[in-house]
Amino acid sequence: MHKGRQILSPQHFNITLLRLAHQIIENYPSNEIIYIVGIQEKGVILAERLIEIIKDKLKSPKIVFGKLDITFYRDDFRIREKPIVANSTQIDFDVEGKKILLVDDVLYSGRTIHAAMAALQDLGRVGQIELLTMVDRRFNRHLPIKSDYTGIQVDSLDEAYVKVQWKHLDGEDKVLIFSANNKNKN
Amino acid sequence: MSEGKLSTKHLLGIKYINSDDINLIFSTAEQFKDVINRPIKKVPSLRDVTIANLFFENSTRTKLSFELAEKRLSADVVNFSSSTSSVKKGETLLDTVNNILSMKVDMVVMRHPAPGAHYFLSNHIDANIINAGDGTHEHPTQALLDAFSMREQLGNLRGKKICIFGDVLHSRVALSNIYCLQKLGAKVRVCGPPTLIPKYIGKLGVESSYNVEESLQWCDVANILRIQLERQDIKYIPSLREYAMYYGINKKLLDKLDKKIVIMHPGPINRGVEISSDVADSEHSIILQQVENGVAIRMAVLFLLASQRSIIH
Repeated sequence: MHKGRQILSPQHFNITLLRLAHQIIENYPSNEIIYIVGIQEKGVILAERLIEIIKDKLKSPKIVFGKLDITFYRDDFRIREKPIVANSTQIDFDVEGKKILLVDDVLYSGRTIHAAMAALQDLGRVGQIELLTMVDRRFNRHLPIKSDYTGIQVDSLDEAYVKVQWKHLDGEDKVLIFSANNKNKN
Repeated sequence: MSEGKLSTKHLLGIKYINSDDINLIFSTAEQFKDVINRPIKKVPSLRDVTIANLFFENSTRTKLSFELAEKRLSADVVNFSSSTSSVKKGETLLDTVNNILSMKVDMVVMRHPAPGAHYFLSNHIDANIINAGDGTHEHPTQALLDAFSMREQLGNLRGKKICIFGDVLHSRVALSNIYCLQKLGAKVRVCGPPTLIPKYIGKLGVESSYNVEESLQWCDVANILRIQLERQDIKYIPSLREYAMYYGINKKLLDKLDKKIVIMHPGPINRGVEISSDVADSEHSIILQQVENGVAIRMAVLFLLASQRSIIH
């Protein structure tokens, strides 16, 4: 197994998380409910971490959290090497007219976000969708999608692979990049 | 572990799939059940897939259920029924299907009166084939939705006791149910008049009984089958009235039990014959849940078969 190159250390990772949480607090009026939807599975983890920080900073923030699975909306499910297993969608609020903050770990081609937006809009007429991602691979986009809140921007080749690691899953919070010939996708 | 992929390209019967496949279909169906209970009951997964529903035998429920499942997955659907087709003019099965496939169809859902018709076809064509019933042989999606519905009621089916009542001899649902339930670790028994219990059923590891009352007491779930008069070329029972008297499940029988059991029926039901109205409409009965689960299970089967790469040429 090849080791990837670290592009965000555990220390910086936490600073970045903190900044993103602050940006959310800053942009949402304190009396407004913040609707946060994480994309299964890694977006959910990021969203949960951000909510933890926001709850720590504000006394009693009004946050409604949902999980979105986009398996049935993907356009690549029949051409992927590895099949995808459907996860559950848990959105227990009415999305009609709401401003929703969509959260995912890596913004790459934009296809996942495109599918997520379609999936969200199938639940009702959403008022507005904002996007937050930990990593933005800005030169690898296939669709005109950009994120409103970005953790770190990464300039990489199409063949490279970026992985966000999480303390409770991988031992440490960090972001790694694997080059084209030694990528270790999982 | 199945890792999100079925072990087979076709669903010809439960006999040909394993318990990992069954559990994968169930976990996917749970997500689809969520989808079909939303305001917008549709997902775009199969928008580039064309599915032909070939029904060489009559069907209401299964055909409707498959068609709804296909439409809710955004597939293009073409329907065919033998009563209005060139089959009547003497065309062979293979010719009929090849003609339809020339119109670029990716998947075939077929019901056919001949047992093994699907297996034969799978050796000759590229499209994914789903068996929607072949004669008295198998009806895999019905067995899957039955087991899925039982699981919703009882949790894990390992060690649970399921009794299939009625015309087991002519039932494709019975055979698929037996395979499916055994693969999930359940104990299966069949109960009916001696003439309607197949002679060698014991070879499948299934108990048989002619005593309805005792079998009801034994089981956690009673899956009641219809008497298939249309498949009976000779008289197997003296009369429907006599059958209803000795083998029909009624409220009186259920009231005698010291426990609550789940009542199921694959439909169409003959009220007053194999099941009385007060049982079919009672709180024990999950007949309508079965129908709802049927759409979710069929969506899962179609989705999982379509996600196999072989469909991309």
